[in-house]
Amino acid sequence: MRRRRNWRGIAAAILFLAATPACAQAQNEAAMPGASGSTADHSAFEILKKPFASGPEVTEACLTCHTEAAKQVMSSIHWTWTYTHPTTGQQLGKSHVINAFCGNVASNEPRCTSCHAGYGWEKMADGPPKAQSAVDCLVCHDTSGTYSKLDNAAGNPPLTPVPAGAKTITGAPAKPVDLAMAAQSVGLPRRENCGQCHFYGGGGDNVKHGDLSSVLYNPDKSVDVHMSKDGANMVCSDCHVTNRHVWAGSRYNVTAHDMIGTGKPGERRDVATCESCHGTAPHESASLMGMKLNDHVDRVACQTCHIPEFARGGVATKTVWDWSTAGKLKDGKPYSEEEFVQSDGKHLHTYLSTKGNFEWGEDVVPFYAWFNGQVEYTTGDQTIDPTRVVEINRISGSPDDGKSRIWPFKRMEGRQAYDKQLNHLVYNHVYGPETDTAFWTNFDWSKSIKAAMDYVGEPYSGEFDFVDTHMYWPITHMVAPKEQALDCESCHAKDGRLANLAGFYMPGRDPGGPVDKIGLAILLAAIAGVIGHAVLRLVMRRGGHA
Amino acid sequence: MTERLVKIYPAFERFWHWSQVLLILVLLFTGMGLHGLHGLVPFGPAVMLHTTAALALVVLWIFAIFWHLTTGTWRHYMPTTQGLFKVARFYAFDIFKGAHHPYRKAYWRKHNPLQALTYLALKLFLFPAIWVTGIVYLTYNFWEQQPNATLLLEIVANLHVLVAYLIATFVIVHVYLLTAGESFVQHVKPMITGFDTIDLTPEEEAYLKADEPGRLS
Repeated sequence: MRRRRNWRGIAAAILFLAATPACAQAQNEAAMPGASGSTADHSAFEILKKPFASGPEVTEACLTCHTEAAKQVMSSIHWTWTYTHPTTGQQLGKSHVINAFCGNVASNEPRCTSCHAGYGWEKMADGPPKAQSAVDCLVCHDTSGTYSKLDNAAGNPPLTPVPAGAKTITGAPAKPVDLAMAAQSVGLPRRENCGQCHFYGGGGDNVKHGDLSSVLYNPDKSVDVHMSKDGANMVCSDCHVTNRHVWAGSRYNVTAHDMIGTGKPGERRDVATCESCHGTAPHESASLMGMKLNDHVDRVACQTCHIPEFARGGVATKTVWDWSTAGKLKDGKPYSEEEFVQSDGKHLHTYLSTKGNFEWGEDVVPFYAWFNGQVEYTTGDQTIDPTRVVEINRISGSPDDGKSRIWPFKRMEGRQAYDKQLNHLVYNHVYGPETDTAFWTNFDWSKSIKAAMDYVGEPYSGEFDFVDTHMYWPITHMVAPKEQALDCESCHAKDGRLANLAGFYMPGRDPGGPVDKIGLAILLAAIAGVIGHAVLRLVMRRGGHA
Repeated sequence: MTERLVKIYPAFERFWHWSQVLLILVLLFTGMGLHGLHGLVPFGPAVMLHTTAALALVVLWIFAIFWHLTTGTWRHYMPTTQGLFKVARFYAFDIFKGAHHPYRKAYWRKHNPLQALTYLALKLFLFPAIWVTGIVYLTYNFWEQQPNATLLLEIVANLHVLVAYLIATFVIVHVYLLTAGESFVQHVKPMITGFDTIDLTPEEEAYLKADEPGRLS
C-alpha cells in the first residue's frame, strides 16, 4: 500500500512535469512551424507533389520512406480481419464471424470491404490483397479531411469522374479526392480518421456499437469527457495505443479487469483500459467516499458507473433488427418506413424492404452482465437451438471466478436466418447489384442464402427459417464527466439496474430474504409482546380502580 | 436504611449512554435504508453516515470498555440469580396487580438482576457481533481473494442484519420497560441528572458523606 502510494506520487510528479512543456508547446503552437509538431512537413516532399491516379500510387510513395509501414499494417487485424482467440482457439474477425447486422462479409465484399484499410479486397476467401501498395495509408493519416472511401468499391476512394449518385462509407455524397493534397497533409490519426469506418459500422451512423457515433467527431463534454474539445480533446489512439501499427483494445478478447494499472513510471503498457491511465484505485483515496468507490473496482467495471447511458449526444443506435420481415414489396417495388424520430428531428428507417424492421434508441440504458473478457461466437459451423434465443457472441463471467466484473453492454436484438435442417446460422448474399441472387436486388431469401453458402463452401439444406438472436457489444466509449456518473441507488435499490444479476449479495437490492423474515418476526414478536403487556397493565389497573 | 438521592451515573457514563443512543438510532435508520427497507436517505450519503457512525461507536466503546475496567464499574454487570426470579415474576405477573418493583437499588448495584443480565448479554454478544460482522463486511476488499468470498460476504452481511434486528428488539423492550415503574420520567431522569433514589445503609451513607460527598445531594 505504502509502495503503491509512492509510485502514485512519482507518477503524478512525472505527469506534471510532462504536462508542463506540453501546455507551453500548445500555447506556442501558432508561432511554431508545422501545426502537428512533427519533424517532417510532408507538403515539402517532392515525391508527394505530383498528380496521383490511384490510392496505391500514393502508398508506393509513402513506402519509399516508411519502408516497414505496410508490412506492419498487413500483420494487424485492421488488415487481416482474422483473429485466432488465444483461449478458445476460435477463428474470429470480420472475415469469419456472423453478426446481428448485415450478417457476414463473404459474398458481399465490395460493399463490406469498402471499410477495409486497403484497396481491392474482392473475395474474402482469397484473403486481403498481397501487394504492399494495396495498404490504404490515407484513410488513417489524411488530416486534410478530404479523403474518403466509396461505399461499394472495395476500399477505393472516389476519383474523377465520380459516378452519379455515388456515396462514401459515411453515406455522404462522394466528392472526388485530391490524392496529392491528401498525401501532403498526412499526420497522426484523428477522431475523423477512425470515425469514418468505426462510427458507421453496421451500415450507418452509430448503428452497430451504440457508443461510437459521429457525435464523437466533436462531442460535448457531457457526452465524452475524453474526446470533447472542452475536455481532454483526446483522439482514439491516445487510449488505443499503437505498437508497429497494431492497436491495443479488442472486442474479442477484452481486458475486463486490469489489475496492473498505470505500470511503473515510463513503463509502456499496450492496453486500452481505463486503469492504464487512471490506475487501479482511481477515486480519491483520502476520502471515505473515495475509499468506498475504490472498493468497487474489483467487481464493477469503470464503464458501468461512468457511462450511464450510451447513444448519447443526439445520434440513435439500432437496437432491434428483424431480418424476417425483409423482402416485402409495394407494387413490386421496395419501400421504406421512417417512423423513428431522432432527437434532432431526423427520421430514421424503421422498415426497409432490403433489411426488414428496425428499432432505435437514444440515451439507452445498458444491459449489465458479469464479464471476464471471454467472448465466444456462434460461428456458422456451430449447432444452435432455434427454440431459444441464439447468442451470436456469448459473453462469459460469473461473480465467483475472481476475474469478472459487472460490465455494461449494448444488447442487440436480432432475428436472423438459419438452416432449419442443420440448425446452423447461415450466411447471406445481400449486396451485388449485378447478380440475380443478391437479396437487396432480388428480395429472394432462398436464392440469397444458397448463393452465400455456395460462396463460402458451407453445407446448406436448402430450408431456412428465422431465429431470435442477441449480440453483445461491450460499452466503453462516451465516458461522462464524473458528476454524471451513476448514483449509488441506480444499482443499490430493489428495482435498480442490477436487479436481474443473481448469485451475489448486494446491499439495498435484496431485502426480504430469510434473515429478514426471521429478524422481522423477532422484532414484531417483541412489539406485540410490549403492546400486549402494556394493554394488560392498563386493563388490570383500570379493573383494580373499578 | 435511608433513602437518599445518590449519583450513580457519573458524567462519562451518561455521555456514553446518550451518545450510544444517538449513534445506534442513526445506525439503525441508515442501516435499514442501506438494506432496502426504506429510501429516505440516498444510498451514498447513507453509507457515509452509517460508516462514520459505526466508527464513532467503536471508538466510544473502546473508551467505555476502558472506563468500565479502570473504575471497577464492570461489577454492576456480574450476573446473579439473587432476586432474579422475583424481578422476572414482577414483569410477568405482579406488575398487572399494581405491585411495586421488588428490586431496591444499591449504590454498588444499580441494575436489577434481570437488567444486569440483559446488559451483560448485550455487551458480550450482540454488540461484539454487530461490531465484528460490520468490520469484516467493511474490510471485504482485504479478504475478497479468499475462495467463496462471495458466499462469505453474503453470510457476514446477513449475520450483521440479523444482529441489527436483535438490537432493534432490545431498543424497543428497553424503552418500554422505562414505563414499568413509577413513571417514564422517573426512569429516564437518573440517566440525565446522574442521581437516583438509593437505599443506603448507615455505613454506606457515612462513607459517602466522608469520602464522596459529591455523590450525595
